This record gives sequence, C-alpha cells and structure tokens, in this order.
Amino acid sequence: MTRQQTAKPRWSELAVGCAVTEAGSARYNRTGDWRSSRPVWEHAHCVRCGVCQMFCPEGCIQFEPPKDFPAADLEYCKGCGICVHECPTACIRMVAEEE
Amino acid sequence: MEERIGMESSIAIAEVVGRCDVDVVAAYPITPQTHIVEHLSEMVANGELKAAFVPVESEHSAMSVCCGTAAVGARTYTATSSQGLALMHEILFIASSLRLPIVMAVANRSLSGPISIWNDHSDVMSDRDVGWVQIFAENGQEAVDLTIWAFRLAEDRRVSLPVMVHFDGFIVSHMIEPILMPDHETVRGYLPPFEPLLRLDVDRPVSIGPVGIPDIYTESKFLQHKLVVDAYQPIVETLEGFGKYFGRHYHPVETYRAEDAEVLLCTMGSLSETAMTVVDRRREKGHKVGLMRIRLWRPFPFEDIYRAVGAVQTIGVIDRAVSFGGPPGPVASELKAAFYRKPQQPRLVEFIAGLGGRDVALADFERMFDVLLSTRKTGQVPPPAFVGLRE
Ligand code: SF4
Ligand code: SF4
Repeated sequence: MTRQQTAKPRWSELAVGCAVTEAGSARYNRTGDWRSSRPVWEHAHCVRCGVCQMFCPEGCIQFEPPKDFPAADLEYCKGCGICVHECPTACIRMVAEEE
Repeated sequence: MEERIGMESSIAIAEVVGRCDVDVVAAYPITPQTHIVEHLSEMVANGELKAAFVPVESEHSAMSVCCGTAAVGARTYTATSSQGLALMHEILFIASSLRLPIVMAVANRSLSGPISIWNDHSDVMSDRDVGWVQIFAENGQEAVDLTIWAFRLAEDRRVSLPVMVHFDGFIVSHMIEPILMPDHETVRGYLPPFEPLLRLDVDRPVSIGPVGIPDIYTESKFLQHKLVVDAYQPIVETLEGFGKYFGRHYHPVETYRAEDAEVLLCTMGSLSETAMTVVDRRREKGHKVGLMRIRLWRPFPFEDIYRAVGAVQTIGVIDRAVSFGGPPGPVASELKAAFYRKPQQPRLVEFIAGLGGRDVALADFERMFDVLLSTRKTGQVPPPAFVGLRE
C-alpha cells in the first residue's frame, strides 16, 4: 500500500462530476502524514477488548500476531488520540513525534 | 398520435411527465407550481404512473432527493417556484456539478418581500449561475413540448446536465389552453431510456460528490463552464430533432417580424405573446418594429442574438427582475456584455416591467415602442425605466 504517484489531472482527465471511480482509493491518502503524536501501547494492561480498534476513525488498528495485541499502522494513524481516550484500561498513551 | 385537448397547462405538464416514464418525482408544493406536483402525486396514488413520489418536507430536501435518485440512474423530475427555488439554491449547484440530468419546471414567480405569489423573473435571475441549462416556454403547449425535450437533452450523454423549464406562473401555469398532447407511445418513440454516464451501483462502487482540493477545483470549474457552453450544439440538434418528430419547431432565439425592423424589442417568456399583438398593430401603421424572443437563457445564445439583431441599431429590453444597485436589468446586462465583444454596439433601452404580477398591457408596449422609435430618431438613450411606475 504505497502512495499512488500521479500527475495532477488536466481538466479533460477529470472523472464525471469529479467522482472517485476506484473503490478503496482512500488508501492512497496516507493520513499518517498529519500526525504530531502517536499512540504507544502498554501491553501489560491490555485486555484485548477491541474498543480502541472500533473507535479508531482511520480503521488503522490491527491485532498483530504472534501475541495478538493491538497496534496502529503508522502510515494511516493520524494521531487523533481517540484510542487513548476510549481504552477502558488506560493502557495507551500519546507520545510526541520527534523531528 | 396527438390529441387536441383543452387543459390547464400545469395538468398537461404533469400528464406529459408521466408519459416520459419518469421514475421519481420529489417535490414540495408551492404556488403557482402546486397543480403540477399535486396531479403527479394523484397519478402515482391512482396507479396510473409507476413512479415513486417522494413528498419531502422542503425544496432543499426535494432537490437533495432528486440528486440521489438521478445518481442511481432514475429519471427524475421536480417542479418549484420563487422561494422554493431559492431554498433549493445550494443543491442546484450540486446537481449541475455532479452532472445529474434532473428536469425541473419553474413556474416563475417573484421573490419576497413584500410577499408576492405573482409572476415575474426574480426567481430565475437569482439562480442564473447555477450551471443548469435554462429554457423558457411562452405558453402551455411550449411548456409541454419543452418538458419532453428537456429529458432528451438532459440525458444526452454529451450534455448530462440538469435542465430548468421556465414558464410564467399563473399566466402560463394556470391557463386552460388547447394543447396537442402526444400519447404515451409517441413520447416513448422520441425519448430513449435513460443511460447515465455514471451511476451509484453497489456492484461497481464509486464516490459521487467528494472534496475537490485546490489542485483540481479550477479544472473542474473550467470543465463545468465548457460543458454548459458546449451544450449549445446538442440543444440546437435536439430541438431540431423535436421539430422533425413532433412538427413544432423551437430555436434558442426566435424573432417576430424582425426581417426589416428598425427597432427591436427583446422579451423572454409569456410577454412575447402580447408584444406580438402590438408589433402587428405598429406594422399596420407602417412602423418597422419587430420582436426578439430569447428562449434559451443558459447557455446564453450569443451567436443567435447577433444574428437576430443584425444591423438593427436600437433595441429595447424588457427585464422582469431587478439586480438591486446593479445595471439594473439582468437580461439587458447580458445583451450589453454580448455586444461589448463586437466592434459596434446597438443602442440599448432598458425597461423593467411586469414585476410581481403587474400586468404589462398593450398600452405599455405601445409606449415602449414609442420610446424605441424616438430613441432611434434622436440617438438619445433614456435611462432604465420602471414601466407603469407611479411617480
Ligand atoms: S481498548 Fe485498550 S484494552 Fe482494549 S484492546 Fe485496545 S488497548 Fe487493549
Ligand atoms: S491515534 Fe487516532 S488514528 Fe491513531 S490509532 Fe489512535 S484512534 Fe487511530
């Protein structure tokens, strides 16, 4: 899932009504670019309830093998902190992105 | 087959919309458009018309529903007027920019305030720049014909734009007229099934109406302008096709006794019919006066205007709306803009008339022609005048 590199379209290349005609093309918008801080998990307290995954507006939290703990795909995690706010065991915290 | 019947224009329009095999009608009733949507809802309720009638809670919702149904490929119709058109305003841009071929009747009526349910063109002029094709019918027959035509043009794949069919509220909408009504099979023979350029379809997902970042907005507006301008050729062709099929001929600009005219009066909508009577009277007296009737308002038919005006040096323009603090007549400013591109400009005399249902009587036209003839003689263009104003 890499960012699609396309030239800016000419007027004659626009789709009808500027529609987006490719299903799933939102994946080209790497919302991770906006992030100023990222979520960091403390697995010791995580009960794997999946609340963070459900609330994440980017749908970028996956339960990763081998231990099946949640983790954010940083290509898309925009650093909103909703997962931190919603986690019932307070096992996620936001850490500032350094330069 | 066509049958000549005496019928109120609104009912005739509704009947013919049914014969166009419309799939969805989403509308909110507003005077003087009410009879059209009332009758359509009756036709659906009686099972005579196999369509969905969506009784929405406002015109804003009506146009929103229309956008949705046109986007799934349903042939969509609505009708409105005045404040109703104004309430639709923001969605009108969505319909045109998404290229949804909705057909809408506008029974032209003034805007508040003071509250007025009567006829003028202030609703049209407030929605001049919404990117729709806009055409005027002068009587019930024309409203019926241009409604059928509007579906054909809107759904033409070169165009795929929404179309407004304008006609004067009450004066046309409530008039009982002899109308040649084509039967269902005849309309079907003219109107092919709707094949949209793009449709919302779960099997082939698309997103319609996404954000347009600064990188593409300029291109999208250029394209939109071009599409409306380029609709001109398909408009002329389809009107010609309509004429061949139905035997009734329509043109972007029509003239009346203009061939050797020395002065021309320019009208839009039903006033043209009264104006013709006065042109005839003047011709009997040997006055070389003629009429130029603008039928197509958007795209603006520049070349037809130049052709109609020809070498005429004095033109009067009747505007039925006011651009407050502006030129002040919207049609007059359009003509001025058109002739500014030319090496020579005719003298343009501006009249504001027929506001909020004020009658424009034969005597008013006589006075306007007097002004035009004296302008031609003296070369002095009087300032814009509100016809019949009590001073
Ligand atoms: S919400 Fe908290 S406890 Fe639940 S799975 Fe996510 S990180 Fe673990
Ligand atoms: S910070 Fe926001 S975007 Fe990132 S994982 Fe948490 S909820 Fe998702």
